[in-house]
Amino acid sequence: MRPLADIELAIAAVDAQTDPLQAAEELLRFSEEVLEHWVTARGDEPTHDEREGFRLLALHRQGARGDPSFNACRETCREIAWHYNLVTMEPEHTQTANRAEMLRMVSNHLYLFVSGKLQVAGLGEFCCSAKPIRSADNFDSGTTKEA
Amino acid sequence: MTTKDKYKKVAYYPGCALEGTGHSYNRSTKAVGKALGLDLVEVKNWNCCGAMEVKNIDPKLQTYLSSRVMSVAVNEMDMDVVMAPCNGCYHNLKKAEYDLKHDPESVEVVAKLSKKAGHKSYESGQVETIHALDWIKDSIGEEGLAERVKNSLSGIKVANYYGCMYTRPRHIFPEKDAGPGSESTSKPHFMDDLLAAAGAENVEFPLKTACCGGAHTLSDSDTSTKLVLNILKAAKLAGADVIATECPTCHSGLEMHQIRAEKVLGETVDIKILYFTQLLGMALGLKPRKVGVHENVSDPMKFLKQKGLA
Repeated sequence: MRPLADIELAIAAVDAQTDPLQAAEELLRFSEEVLEHWVTARGDEPTHDEREGFRLLALHRQGARGDPSFNACRETCREIAWHYNLVTMEPEHTQTANRAEMLRMVSNHLYLFVSGKLQVAGLGEFCCSAKPIRSADNFDSGTTKEA
Repeated sequence: MTTKDKYKKVAYYPGCALEGTGHSYNRSTKAVGKALGLDLVEVKNWNCCGAMEVKNIDPKLQTYLSSRVMSVAVNEMDMDVVMAPCNGCYHNLKKAEYDLKHDPESVEVVAKLSKKAGHKSYESGQVETIHALDWIKDSIGEEGLAERVKNSLSGIKVANYYGCMYTRPRHIFPEKDAGPGSESTSKPHFMDDLLAAAGAENVEFPLKTACCGGAHTLSDSDTSTKLVLNILKAAKLAGADVIATECPTCHSGLEMHQIRAEKVLGETVDIKILYFTQLLGMALGLKPRKVGVHENVSDPMKFLKQKGLA
C-alpha cells in the first residue's frame, strides 16, 4: 500500500481529457486505496468483496462498521461508482472527458475527507470532531459532572 | 390541520451562527417569510443547541440544551413546530428528539437539568422540528412559489449544496426517505425544487452532501481549504454560476476558504455563493440589501446586476 500522500499526487496527475477510460479505471483504484488506508488504520484487513459490483462500496461499508460518522462519505463513494459507470458504459458520449474530470474531483474529495478524518480518527460523534486535539491539551470543561 | 396550514406560523430558532457570520441568512429567511405571508415567532430566550463543541464533550448535555429550546417553544409559547434554518441546530434538535424517544438515560438527564434550570422538561413528540427548506416547501410549495415570482432566476445555473448534517445520520430524520414527496437522504432535492420553481436551472452536482471541512476549519485549515476548493471547482465544472447554500457553517466556510484558496494556494474559482433564501428573496422581488447580500463575505453585485436581480 503506497503512502496516502502519494495517492493525492496520483489523483492530481490523472489525465482525464486524453484517455477518460483509463482515467476512470485509475481513479476507481485510487479511491479503493484511500479506503484501504482507513480500514487498515482501524486494524482490519481490507475486504476484497464487492457490493453492487464495486469493491469500493464494500470497503466503505467495512470502514463505516462501528463508526457511523464514516457514512459522511457514503454518497461520495456512490458518486465515484456512478461517474465510473458513466465513463465506462457510455465512452462515446460527448461529455465523457468532463465526466472523467468530475470523477477525478469526487475521488479527490474522498481522499481529502479520509486523510483529514484519519488525523482525528474515530474520536468524535460526528465527522469533523476535533476532540483529539482538545484531549491532547488535557481539555476539561468541568461542566458535565452533575449531568 | 394540514401541514401547509401548520407551517404558516412556526417558532423560529435562528441559533448562534445566524446572529454572527450567518446574519444574512437570518435576514433573508425573515424577509422571505414576510414576502410569502408566513409567520415566524422567535423562540424566547433561546440558547445554543450544543453544537459540536458540547456534543463532543458531553452528548447528553447537548441533548438537554437542544431540548430546552423545544421546551420553551411548546411550554412557554404554545408552539408545536420549531423551524431551524441552520443545519447544525436542525440536526441537534432532531438528535435530541431521537435520544429522548429512545434513551431513558437521556430522559433522566434532561429531567434533572430542566428541574435545576427551573423550566418544564421537554418530552419527546411535543414539537416537530423542521428546516427552512421544509418550511417553504410544505407551506408554499413549488406551484405557490412560482405564482409569486417577480424576477425569475432563469439563466442562472445553480449547484445546490446541502452539506453533511442536513441528512445525516439518517435515523434521526424519520420523515425523510418516506416515499414520493419526501426528502431524500442520499440525494436531497428540496432546495433544487424550490429554486427550480423560481426559474433557476439546477446542475448535476455530485458533491451536494459532501463534507466542507467546516468543523475543523480552525484546527486543520489547509484540509478545509482543499475540501472547499474541490467543491467550488466541481460546481464550476458542472456548469454552475452560483452555489446555493442552506447552512451558515457551510456558507461561511465556502466563502472564506474561497478567499483563502486564492491567497494560500493561488487558485481562483469564479463562482458566487448565496443562501437559497437570498436567491428566493430576489426572485420574489426583494432588493439584494433586503436579503443581506451586503453582509456576505464576497460581493456578487455585478453578477446579480447582469442577471437582472439588482
